[in-house]
Amino acid sequence: MAHIELARVSYDYASNNGPVTALSEVSFDVDASEFLCIVGRSGCGKTTLLNIVAGFLKPTSGEIRIGGHVVHGRGGDRGVVFQDFAQLFPWRTAQRNVEFGLQVRGVAAAERAETARRFLKLVDLERFAGSYPHELSGGMQQRVAIARALAYNPSVLLMDEPFAALDALTRDEMQRFLVGVWEETRKTVLYVTHNVAEAVYLADRIIVLSPHPGTVRAQTRITLTRPRDPLSVAFLDFQKTIVAQLGQGR
Amino acid sequence: MSPLGIVLSFGLSAIAWELFARSGMLPAAITPSVFAIGAAIGRMVLNGTLFVHIGYTMFRIVVGLALALAVGVPIGMLMGRFRPAERFTLPLVSVLSPIPSLAWVPLFILWFGLGNAASIALVFYAATFPVILNTWTGVKSVNRIWVRSAESMGAGDHAVFRRVVLPGSLAFVIAGLRQAFARAWIAVVGGEMIAATSWGLGWVIFDSKEYLNTDVMLGSLLVIGGLGLLIERLVFQMLEHRTVGRWGMVKTVRT
Repeated sequence: MAHIELARVSYDYASNNGPVTALSEVSFDVDASEFLCIVGRSGCGKTTLLNIVAGFLKPTSGEIRIGGHVVHGRGGDRGVVFQDFAQLFPWRTAQRNVEFGLQVRGVAAAERAETARRFLKLVDLERFAGSYPHELSGGMQQRVAIARALAYNPSVLLMDEPFAALDALTRDEMQRFLVGVWEETRKTVLYVTHNVAEAVYLADRIIVLSPHPGTVRAQTRITLTRPRDPLSVAFLDFQKTIVAQLGQGR
Repeated sequence: MSPLGIVLSFGLSAIAWELFARSGMLPAAITPSVFAIGAAIGRMVLNGTLFVHIGYTMFRIVVGLALALAVGVPIGMLMGRFRPAERFTLPLVSVLSPIPSLAWVPLFILWFGLGNAASIALVFYAATFPVILNTWTGVKSVNRIWVRSAESMGAGDHAVFRRVVLPGSLAFVIAGLRQAFARAWIAVVGGEMIAATSWGLGWVIFDSKEYLNTDVMLGSLLVIGGLGLLIERLVFQMLEHRTVGRWGMVKTVRT
């Protein structure tokens, strides 16, 4: 798995009152196979940051390197999972959604069907291979999206609050489930969220982004062993630490 | 529609017509009874002319619609994808689209002569604009997150167009096709009345006027209505139901 490096990444956007700096000189690394969460209040630029790494936005200055290579624009080397359930293609079954990345690479039909099956199994949706997205629950759709983002074997996985639109119970379940998938695939994960408990549950390391402009405020390594108990004292202590970091300078 | 409801609404309407026809308010010669209308349809079925009329009308519809799709879909796609194409085409489409297609009939007769060509041109004119406008809207309304997802998975411009924009806009294209058919069906019957020379459902109505064959006229009208409904039901509703309905992209209503 590849590591991700962000080197002095800045991003300005135009507004009615002139250019606004959304991100200012953000630098950090994500180690190979590390699960890194970026936490910040809404408007801190965390989604912008993810969109830059994904290649949807071009940084005003600075660069992104994946596996040591500078990335320009979008490419098939990063898997992206969004918050919006609508990300799946409604005209394709779960199976054919998962096949998409392989199809655009020209993988033969039989082989991509087999690979898609394997990844649907990984997300425990084998039985729903022939279902269309609208026939699946929100949690199932997000699992298909995860399988789809993994199936073409990208070196890193970028996730933008993938579970934020789910109900609390499903979200807990999905977090446990994602840790399982990550332990199995050992992908490098860059995960954006505003939910502190979620970050502490998932991450090897948490980076807190401060707003206006977005800069790295603090980094915390979560040293808890997995599976983590969200009600343990150590877990809550980490949660307090991150909440305190978020609250600084307000 | 329940079968009972259909029988009831047609049955009551037939009875009402029959009472009116026999009331003597209008001469009996121009208000044929339900049985005479049925017999006229039966005669046309038995001697086979009905099917020839239907065949000609369908031929004009199918060719005209196919041309409208072949021209309208690419134009709508270009408008949706490229700003200059949109800026150039939209004013033309906006002005041409509201012109009733029948208003073109005299010109089309001068240009294409009497016969199939003028009727097909008329269908083409009536059908093209709904196809263009709906395709354009469809492309514009393709969800950006689909495009981003596809691009993140390594799809280039060509793959995005073929595998995302085309299927993503299909709900609108089909809606456009339904509208196009409805307009074309009206246009072809009207066109045949004036521009056709010997065959077609519109022509037979107009021709019957010469001989005061009101039973044939009303019978043909019923055939036109029934056939239009059948095509809408069998072809377009089925098409929608099996594609965008199946995908949850539109709510299909079974009427």
